[in-house]
Amino acid sequence: MLWYQIYISLSLSPIPVSLSTVSPRRATVSSFDQLTFTMAESNPDANSNVSRKRRKIDPDSDARIAAETGPTRWRTQAEQHIYSSKLVDALRHLRRPDSGHAVRDAADRVLAASARGKTRWSRAILTNRLSLRLAHINKKHKKAAKPGAGRSRSRKVAAQKKLPPMQKKVKVLSRLVPGCRKVSLPNLLEETTDYIAALEMQVKAMTFLTGLLNGGASAAAFGHSGQNFSSS
Amino acid sequence: MSSRRSRSRASGSSRITDDQIADLVSKLQQLIPEIRSRRSDKASASKVLQETCNYIRNLHREVDDLSHRLSGLLESTDGDSAQAAIIRSLLL
Repeated sequence: MLWYQIYISLSLSPIPVSLSTVSPRRATVSSFDQLTFTMAESNPDANSNVSRKRRKIDPDSDARIAAETGPTRWRTQAEQHIYSSKLVDALRHLRRPDSGHAVRDAADRVLAASARGKTRWSRAILTNRLSLRLAHINKKHKKAAKPGAGRSRSRKVAAQKKLPPMQKKVKVLSRLVPGCRKVSLPNLLEETTDYIAALEMQVKAMTFLTGLLNGGASAAAFGHSGQNFSSS
Repeated sequence: MSSRRSRSRASGSSRITDDQIADLVSKLQQLIPEIRSRRSDKASASKVLQETCNYIRNLHREVDDLSHRLSGLLESTDGDSAQAAIIRSLLL
């Protein structure tokens, strides 16, 4: 199931993409890998070895994959810069900045795309928007609303309704992390660690951008000429 | 901690050990600044989950706040000059 990778490229079409392969979790990979598009990355060395391999039991590649895909990757300065520039690009192409959630949606979309389809929450963010749009179209054309992919299916009552407070907290957590309502507990915890790291990076990057725009605004007032923002 | 039985029933085919879960919970614990500042041994799984939910909600709120601010800034500032400055600084 690699269709989400095509969605990634479609939703971010202004940004140049490059042909490289992605190794998703537990995938029955085939030559499909060759056809998938992913985001262009600024550190091709780190990416080329990892993304071309499938998930082997080989400890070396495992360690490399862990460094690439683990939640620690969100902490790097490089990742934050990549995200910031892609977000700026996406925001520039926003044609309705006044709608309340447009910026938030764009930010989430770019964040999810940066995960390159390796985590459940990122795939869920990218497909939810499409399924919501499809649900809208379906409702318009047909009175009987055909249930869309993500949301309505998850409203089906789960088989077990445990009341212990632990289970309740797990359920609340699963609702907070996108796309994780029916996921097993260890998977949910894994997704959560990655999601939290990604969110932290998102906050840092957006704070950084807001500061820049604030500074940029005052610079524009002075008729700016080559004002240097020294980062790091 | 809740019983092992309920978790193994929920898991389905894969056998999930308590150790695995405890390991993941402790990993999660390291991420949450609230718990990290206190001594890490004390936190129970339930508390970790609670703090995690609160932390994620806080992060969501921060992102919402920032995006509101950003959208306001984007409207008010002139498109080209501000964003050119941003991109220039990001590339440096």
